[in-house]
Amino acid sequence: MSVPFLLEIGTEEIPDWMIEPALANLASLFGDLLAAERLTAGAIRTDATPRRLVLRAVELAERQPDAEDLISGPPVSAAFKDGQPTGAALGFARKMGVDAAALERHETPRGEYLAYRKKTAGRAAHDILAEALPELILKIQWPKTMYWGAKGGPRFIRPIRWLVALLGSEVVPFEIAGVHSGAVSSGHRQLGAAQVPVTIEDFDRRLYENGVIVSAAVRRIKIVAQIDALLMGKDLRIKEDAALLETLAYITERPSPILGGFDPEYLSLPAEVLITVMRHHQKYFAVEDGEGRLAPHFVAVMNTSADPEGLVRQGNERVLRARFNDARFFWNMDQQKTLANRVANLAHVTFQAKLGSYLDKTRRVQKLARKLAKMAKADPAPVERAALLAKCDLTTDMVKELTELQGVMGGLYAREQGEPEEVWRAIYEHYKPESMEDAIPATLAGRLLSLADKLDTLQGCFKIGLAPTGSKDPLALRRAAQGVVKILVEGRLSLRLSKLAGTDQALAEFLLDRVRYYFKDIRGFRYDEVNAVLAAGHDDLPDAESRLAAIQAVRPTENFEPLAARFKRIKNILRQAGIEVGQASGLSVDAARLEPGPEAELFQAFERLRRRVKRSRGKKQYQAALEAIASIRPQVDLFFDKVLVNAPDPVVRRNRLTLLHQLLSESSAIADFSEIVATEQPACAGAEKTEPRP
Amino acid sequence: MAEARYGGGQRRAMDTFQDVLFKLKKYWSDRGCIIQEPYDLEVGAGTMAPETFLRVLGPKPYRVAYVQPSRRPADGRYGENPNRLYKHSQLQVILKPSPADVIDQYLGSLGAIGIDLGKHDIKFEEDNWEAPTLGAWGIGWQVMLDGLEITQFTYFQQCGGFDLDLVPAELTYGLERLTAFLQGKDSVYDIEWAPGVSYGDVRLAEELQHSVYNFELADVATLWKLFDLHEKECQRLLALAKPAEGGGLDRRFPVLPTYEHVLKCSHLFNLLDSRGAISVTERVAVIGRVRRLALGVAECWVRQQSPVEEAAEVAQ
Repeated sequence: MSVPFLLEIGTEEIPDWMIEPALANLASLFGDLLAAERLTAGAIRTDATPRRLVLRAVELAERQPDAEDLISGPPVSAAFKDGQPTGAALGFARKMGVDAAALERHETPRGEYLAYRKKTAGRAAHDILAEALPELILKIQWPKTMYWGAKGGPRFIRPIRWLVALLGSEVVPFEIAGVHSGAVSSGHRQLGAAQVPVTIEDFDRRLYENGVIVSAAVRRIKIVAQIDALLMGKDLRIKEDAALLETLAYITERPSPILGGFDPEYLSLPAEVLITVMRHHQKYFAVEDGEGRLAPHFVAVMNTSADPEGLVRQGNERVLRARFNDARFFWNMDQQKTLANRVANLAHVTFQAKLGSYLDKTRRVQKLARKLAKMAKADPAPVERAALLAKCDLTTDMVKELTELQGVMGGLYAREQGEPEEVWRAIYEHYKPESMEDAIPATLAGRLLSLADKLDTLQGCFKIGLAPTGSKDPLALRRAAQGVVKILVEGRLSLRLSKLAGTDQALAEFLLDRVRYYFKDIRGFRYDEVNAVLAAGHDDLPDAESRLAAIQAVRPTENFEPLAARFKRIKNILRQAGIEVGQASGLSVDAARLEPGPEAELFQAFERLRRRVKRSRGKKQYQAALEAIASIRPQVDLFFDKVLVNAPDPVVRRNRLTLLHQLLSESSAIADFSEIVATEQPACAGAEKTEPRP
Repeated sequence: MAEARYGGGQRRAMDTFQDVLFKLKKYWSDRGCIIQEPYDLEVGAGTMAPETFLRVLGPKPYRVAYVQPSRRPADGRYGENPNRLYKHSQLQVILKPSPADVIDQYLGSLGAIGIDLGKHDIKFEEDNWEAPTLGAWGIGWQVMLDGLEITQFTYFQQCGGFDLDLVPAELTYGLERLTAFLQGKDSVYDIEWAPGVSYGDVRLAEELQHSVYNFELADVATLWKLFDLHEKECQRLLALAKPAEGGGLDRRFPVLPTYEHVLKCSHLFNLLDSRGAISVTERVAVIGRVRRLALGVAECWVRQQSPVEEAAEVAQ
């Protein structure tokens, strides 16, 4: 027999961003419980609003299956004497709580033993759940928990105020922090009753009647559909914002969008400022007209059903007006002192206790930016100027108020103050990329400034021992390093990575780790290709990217992987002979000493393609180079089939090793083929973790 | 839809600033709160008044509400900004322990000042609170009414470095904002304080003059001297707090006067800060100095409230 199950954890408002991970955790804890208790169930699904986490299971077994355990006792040889049970047998029976006659014998590899077949009737799911749920609920993982009663009391994300636990029509009884489970839920704070009796069947309907849409998916759809309805026929559309939509779906139990407006004269402020105020501070969608220009409107999402008198709209409009007034005030005030005149003020803004103020940082970044510009053969003057002014917006009222706009504001102020476009654009975008999805700066000066800023942070933090450890990375150094890698690759900047890391070995390794991550996880190259390419050089990242692309293109061709396997063998042979690949052997092949047949043919084939490979490589046409190398496979195969490398004559042997060395060296500048793992043996997850590091 | 739970009643004539204060005090008085007067020293927030900072410590239940003028020198704008004030008024409510229906009670208080929640949008948005100078933090929300933050709602977790025996709920209402909302005013200075008297009439001169003093005229050397003096006096007193039998503290020990020196230091720190006189490197260190004093006083208070002392009080 099976029954449906419903659990509702009623709380005070949970932060929106924590809800989905908590639901996933709740479902997995519940699944683990069922598995551990041998209870079967159909689908488990979860739902939530800010005030409730809901878990439902269908077809939950009403009981565990009965269990049978065979418990071994003493060996039969020791259990009976003269056909009578010995003390050992009687003792075992007593321990099992049965008569000795109830014991049976069973064969084991060690002989015949006395045993007791213990039958346990399966427990009712009802009892198991009543016992397990309090602990399970309190085990849900949250980023930060609280207690709300006396010290030492239970901890949860917010106070638990009611609990619904129903198995079929029966309440599963338990208690957490004085709250007893029952069959009574609670409605929307304004639209519903405080107490709403529910059953499994009518749960969603009863809550809907009391102002609550339990499903986040439905709330999301409702928001989108109602915004469409609001804007229909108005030549307006919201600026799409998936993250905001997600937030709104989880800070409302009953979302309803409303359209508000503001005085068009505020449109004279930069759109970046207006959007940030609406988006980050008020959680409004910004609205655009048909041509994509910001319109003097916004869409707010209420947590209630309607605004019949327009009070909510008016209230929101008043708040926005005050915020825009502030912003306009800041904009005007900030202009009274140019960025250039604010440089000295940076001495009062801490960058990091041990690394000094932002003035100190500015001086360092300026120097580094100049160096990078020279390395990139760019004009250092605009980059240096941008570096000087880049952090000055930290002293402006606008950025103190709207911290999300750091960099952007600096760029806008620089533009107003007549800085050249190259300079203000570089400032504007120097925090980019802010994530792996974000684009890199669009201009060369912006890229160089962003690199200099991030590298200074990395170099400084590594120097004072703040390198990230494990999951701890409070200064977001991984993001900074990933930004460096992304800019170098996607900006096609062939600056030497080893130079950028300075003399810090740990930082060099940290950056290389990010390079690996970028190519593998962001760009989707195979791990062995990444290893092969980086082993052949990782100083010039755009070049590494070109080599990766070439390998990826050539890999599916028939000769590539078998040849890679041969190269691996060649590398081993050379190593055994004490010859390291990459080092010049100082020897050339003596054609006269080559044995006619496979050996001579390999040499001739190699001589033929050698020039082609070199030329292609010189032009960075790596695919052509690799294809040329791959074409030598038949000769290599034949060589290994017919020729003994370790010839008894040391001169012949040496000559052969030299030939192999040259062959391998020619290809190794592109990638170390010995890192390639044959596709026939796909790497399992475990293999990837234990991949050897070059 | 079920009946709305928090009715606002009939539409009424506009409440003045002082009406709002009266109604909220009455509301919380009806719910078992002692109505206190503002603490008579400069504080940055209602939390710093001993009625909150000290009373939340220890196992004794307590309920109190008071309006606390809160001074933040750096927020002054010479009376020119319609929403920013050097000194604003907080209604501070402490419910220790927090009752299970604390949010319902809070929403009821909005009904009591004429906000019909059936016609408005209320959201509770995550906003945890932390005061490093007080060794205090809590979990909570900012309460948004039609997009306007009107209240900070906090479940205290730690104060003076102590995990709290009973978690209090702290409600901090921004009275100027709330009244501006009720009166539909875009500037706090236009709020009607009493019939025919605006907020500006009562307070504009104070905002202007304090801004001038805080940003332009306060003598940095004198402020530092005062800071040092109050710190020394506080330290001297803390050094006198010898543990009594069983770790308690004599009930005659002046914990409250000692705490006043912490408040003085805190306010002087804020003044120095608004004067731009605290350098980057000094800042963390000065916060640490105030914090050490605050933690010392909290410890004295807890010791003085120890079971030995309580038993003695009960016996009397």
